[in-house]
Amino acid sequence: MSSLELRGITVRYGRFTAVDNVDLLVPEGTVTGLVGGSGSGKSTLGKAVVGLAPKQSGQVLIDGSEAPRLRGRSPVQLVFQNPYASLDPRMTVGASVAEALSGGSGSVNGNGSGSGTGSGARSGRRAPARERRPARDAEVARYLELVGMDPARAALTPDALSGGQRQRVALARALAARPAVLIADEITSALDVSVQGAVLNLLRRLQRELGFAMLFISHNLAVVRYLCDQVAVLDGGHLVECGPTDRVLDHPEHPTTRNLISCVPDLALAEEAS
Amino acid sequence: MPHHDHDSSLRHRLGRTIRTPIGVTALTACLLVALVAVLGPVLLGDRAAQVDTDAINQGSSAAHLLGTDQLGRDIAARVVVATRLTLRLTLMAAVIGVGGGLLLGVAPAVVGRRLGRLITATVGVLVAFPGLLFLLFLATIFGVGSTGAVFAVGLAMVPPMARLVQNLTASIAGSDYVAAARILGVGRFRMVVRHLLPNIAEPSVLFATQATGGILVAFSGLSFLGLGVQPPQYDWGRLLNEQLNRIFVNPAAALAPGAAVVLTGLMFGLVGEVLAQAGGRRAPQAPETTPQEELGTPPEPAVEHDGGALVRARDLRVTFPGGRQAVRGISLDIGAGEAVGLVGESGSGKSLSALALADLVPHPGRVSAAALGFDGHDLRADPRLGTELAMVFQDPMASLNPALRVGRQLAEVAEVHLGASRAEATARAVDRLDAVRIATPGRRARQRPHEYSGGMRQRAVIAMGLMGKPKLIIADEPTTALDVAVQREVLDLLAEVREESGAALLLISHDLAVVAQVCERVLVMYAGLVVENLPVTELLGGAAHPYTRALVGAVPTMTTDRGTELATIPGRPPEPGETGAGCPFAARCERVRERCHEDTPELTALGPGRQVACWYPVGTAAGRPVAATAHTAKATS
Repeated sequence: MSSLELRGITVRYGRFTAVDNVDLLVPEGTVTGLVGGSGSGKSTLGKAVVGLAPKQSGQVLIDGSEAPRLRGRSPVQLVFQNPYASLDPRMTVGASVAEALSGGSGSVNGNGSGSGTGSGARSGRRAPARERRPARDAEVARYLELVGMDPARAALTPDALSGGQRQRVALARALAARPAVLIADEITSALDVSVQGAVLNLLRRLQRELGFAMLFISHNLAVVRYLCDQVAVLDGGHLVECGPTDRVLDHPEHPTTRNLISCVPDLALAEEAS
Repeated sequence: MPHHDHDSSLRHRLGRTIRTPIGVTALTACLLVALVAVLGPVLLGDRAAQVDTDAINQGSSAAHLLGTDQLGRDIAARVVVATRLTLRLTLMAAVIGVGGGLLLGVAPAVVGRRLGRLITATVGVLVAFPGLLFLLFLATIFGVGSTGAVFAVGLAMVPPMARLVQNLTASIAGSDYVAAARILGVGRFRMVVRHLLPNIAEPSVLFATQATGGILVAFSGLSFLGLGVQPPQYDWGRLLNEQLNRIFVNPAAALAPGAAVVLTGLMFGLVGEVLAQAGGRRAPQAPETTPQEELGTPPEPAVEHDGGALVRARDLRVTFPGGRQAVRGISLDIGAGEAVGLVGESGSGKSLSALALADLVPHPGRVSAAALGFDGHDLRADPRLGTELAMVFQDPMASLNPALRVGRQLAEVAEVHLGASRAEATARAVDRLDAVRIATPGRRARQRPHEYSGGMRQRAVIAMGLMGKPKLIIADEPTTALDVAVQREVLDLLAEVREESGAALLLISHDLAVVAQVCERVLVMYAGLVVENLPVTELLGGAAHPYTRALVGAVPTMTTDRGTELATIPGRPPEPGETGAGCPFAARCERVRERCHEDTPELTALGPGRQVACWYPVGTAAGRPVAATAHTAKATS
């Protein structure tokens, strides 16, 4: 149960400003949708929060304080857009999820290795692998079940799974890290509409059960409307509008928002046209 | 093979690869060389060392197969005995080279940015150094002798290996799964061992083994020059040195160590090839049952002309090796100027069906059809791509050549297909860019694709299609890579182009809403079959096939009830080859009855302009008893 607060986040690539001084609060236990056209900086903002994009300035606050990375681990986890690229093709599904478990599975953990700085401090010796294994496997199975996957599939590599199943694994991996906040970056845009529904239902159920705050990045307004309590609109790296979902989508104030809404393709259009 | 198993374990693939001719050769050669290296010195050691002053510098004879050297020692025995030392030194040098290369190659990905740059730059400088010069330089530093030579040859291999590993690692380090691991706080060591190394394994192994062959040659060269192994020790290079001046007297004695070097070097190359094949995705497929030769199916006497149909396909099939059919006999009619949408889940065969029309099915796939007519021509004999048939693909960056100016690429179409002169073609290209609403087309034509935005690239691709006089535009997910605002522009453009040129449109999309905006008629594909053909106006409320209804129900819209779960379709579509008797959708259908599991429903007419492949279509007498009030599918999963 944590809130996520972004204060004055700016991301620059050379002279190009991808995200410009964005302030955003995701209250605890709620979902904020982050929308915008391509190049609006919404994915970059998500990456900056987890430390994958270089922040020029600004703070990421968890529950009002700057959260340290625990043994290099970000308190915010990110689920990537493309489930075909976000799972190591050479690791079994179980190993991928196990890597996220809080105990890790015994290895060297570099402090702040995510930002490419800091020293690789050796963590203390743990129990031998043979003893930890059953407990670890049970945890992996639990998380796979949580996302609606047969734990027996833990032994498979991602190439044996469909896109929807891979995205479930990616979600299980993110949740296994017990994040304070979850960022979902276009997690259904690479999936079929029939699978998208199942993944979104799952995400909504888990979010309500576990109560984590979530930043849901998407270009699909219908999906954002279904899932989010609050909507933030980005344009050219600026936050142009932010408010409760109903208010923003029914009574948009900024032209960018209005334009986005007017461009949503609608099945019903064909009906009207006839 | 009806069931395509996913058995991709390394051991399994290695086993399969070793059974190929190249695998057998490599394995035999390895065993042979290993045997010689182990047993040679044991069996022939004394003979090779035995000095016989009575038989100095003899030619080949029964007693001495390759003759004797200046001390009367048997050369054949010496070549065999030298195997062990040669291999040992080669492998030691290889360990130094590969180890150092991996270390320096992987390091930039896991150390700090500044140190990483320094390492990359150093390796870059060392690679630029001529290899032989570097080797001789090191050999001089380390001094004459085998230890020095091992270090010299090994270290000389480090820069090229490091460079290769750096490049491979850089691409892996940029991948999403490494990013995910970084967020999870995975340590450096674990990152290297679990994520980086396994994913660069095949090319690295291939390079390392081939470089080991190179090391063998380089080491032999050093010994030959007298910088390597020193007497009384000897390796193949040393033997070559001793015998070369007698090559005209006793050629066999000089050629034998040389041949040993070459053959063993080849062996290393073969081993690398086998390992890379086994580890990589190039692993040979399990033996395949050759599909029944249909020999393109006998052409029908004449493609009948039925009024207005621009495209007429009958029993169109796309078959992949192993007899797996991705498209299982569909029939398709597109009228002149008509806009038809083709929808379905991924793997339903929708893209392949469209590619089959354009004769663009990727390599192992084979197209067959009872009839495949386009504007009165038989497409199987005479593909019409370029002039009358235009294609627009999903990724506009991938369908434009990044090295060519956009105008040039467009002009090429006119030059190749219409025989236009260069000036005419360029003028037309500018004109066409203007037609797709690209501002300042003259200037834009001189730019390269990377200077265009995503939406503009897609416009340029459409403009390319308009260089001829297209009668049909096939657009395969043309807006999937674009955001909603740009999507709207591209869809509007397609509609406009269609109006102006009178071309028909085949729009493939997984997004029903996109199809609903542009098309007049929708074909719904499932598991390689068309299951419903309906006017777009019926899509939202009047679909007869349970699959179409489920698909429509699964699209969240701006009016979806937020209090309930989104509708889903339980289960997954069958893979090509998994389909047996019965309706392919039966396993997921909520209206399924006994007959659905037994007989496959054919696509049959259902009112004017409508067809459905279902035994119990929604909203008909046949479909009524079960669920007359059935609404959109709502799964409770």
